[in-house]
Amino acid sequence: MSGNKEEVDPRINGIKTKIRVVPDFPKKGIMFQDITTVLLDPKAFKDTIDLFVERYRDKNISVVAEARGFLFGPPIALAIGAKFVPLRKPKKLPGETIFEEYELEYGNDRLEMHVGAVEAGDRALVVDDLIATGGTLCAAINLLERVGAEVVECACVIELPELKGRQKLKGKPLCMLVEYR
Amino acid sequence: MFAAENGLKGDPRLEAISAAIRVVPNFPKKGIMFQDITTLLLDHKAFKHTIDIFVDRYKDMQISVVAGVEARGFMFGPSIALAIGAKFVPLRKPGKLPGKVISESYELEYGHDRLEMHVDAVEPRERVIIIDDLVATGGTLSAAISLMESQGAEVVECACVIGLPEVKGQHKLKGKPLYVLVEPSGLDGFC
Repeated sequence: MSGNKEEVDPRINGIKTKIRVVPDFPKKGIMFQDITTVLLDPKAFKDTIDLFVERYRDKNISVVAEARGFLFGPPIALAIGAKFVPLRKPKKLPGETIFEEYELEYGNDRLEMHVGAVEAGDRALVVDDLIATGGTLCAAINLLERVGAEVVECACVIELPELKGRQKLKGKPLCMLVEYR
Repeated sequence: MFAAENGLKGDPRLEAISAAIRVVPNFPKKGIMFQDITTLLLDHKAFKHTIDIFVDRYKDMQISVVAGVEARGFMFGPSIALAIGAKFVPLRKPGKLPGKVISESYELEYGHDRLEMHVDAVEPRERVIIIDDLVATGGTLSAAISLMESQGAEVVECACVIGLPEVKGQHKLKGKPLYVLVEPSGLDGFC
């Protein structure tokens, strides 16, 4: 899927055409990648999930973690028989949590995970709709590794390669479907 | 209506779902017994049962839209939408959706909040299911119903994993049917 230009799955172009780009959101200069339009197309949404499920179903993944969107992770987790773990902004998770800080353009934010959700030895897949700078994914990887899980791969629908997020993944491989330059 | 009253009485899946939900006392504030569905998501079988029950109910009802309320409605809605071949429409807190939106306000215990939807997400006469993890007063679901109806869509039913005691016996929400899988855990003496 990623970086293998000769064998692009035909479903990928269908997904790409469904992504809506919204200029200047949330602020001027940003070309926002809106995936809600993918969710409005049952075939494109199903193809997105299927592409990831096909890749991961035989890799003994026991945990799928997703930060803040929760749109792609649960269907993938269900299909491959894994637990789903939401990683959330502070104060949303009701039980005991651990947190990891990460940088925003101005200031920091935190990602939290429930204590006990992920166990040592779990094989984890981290999912996000988009990788930009890689800050969120890096925080997710850190959280999972701190509790002794092995992050097998990161999976994103969209990559903004110019922001070099791949380099912040602590050596973990990235699988992405669509690039936006 | 509760699933047990509507064809699923004694279904062992409902007990598994209920058992998988963790109760966290005094969150987000004192006196509230918070129904934590993240433990349900950790139990693959129980999570699958949850989705399967909703899918079995809605797959032959010509539903073209599953709308989910942010954020916990997103944990259930997309899987249901995928299985029944419907669109998934996220209903979000203000300022999150990038395109043109319509919004509806609803009451909180203190103050108001707003729910937003993209204007082009739903078309007139589409048949819609609205999903959330839990229904308490029904305020959020009422706002969601208003958003759908403002676009000319028909809300067929509201569906929640958990229904608080206030809704028992109250099978409708703004005239729309409500379908709930389980009652809250850990409320001895409340029901």
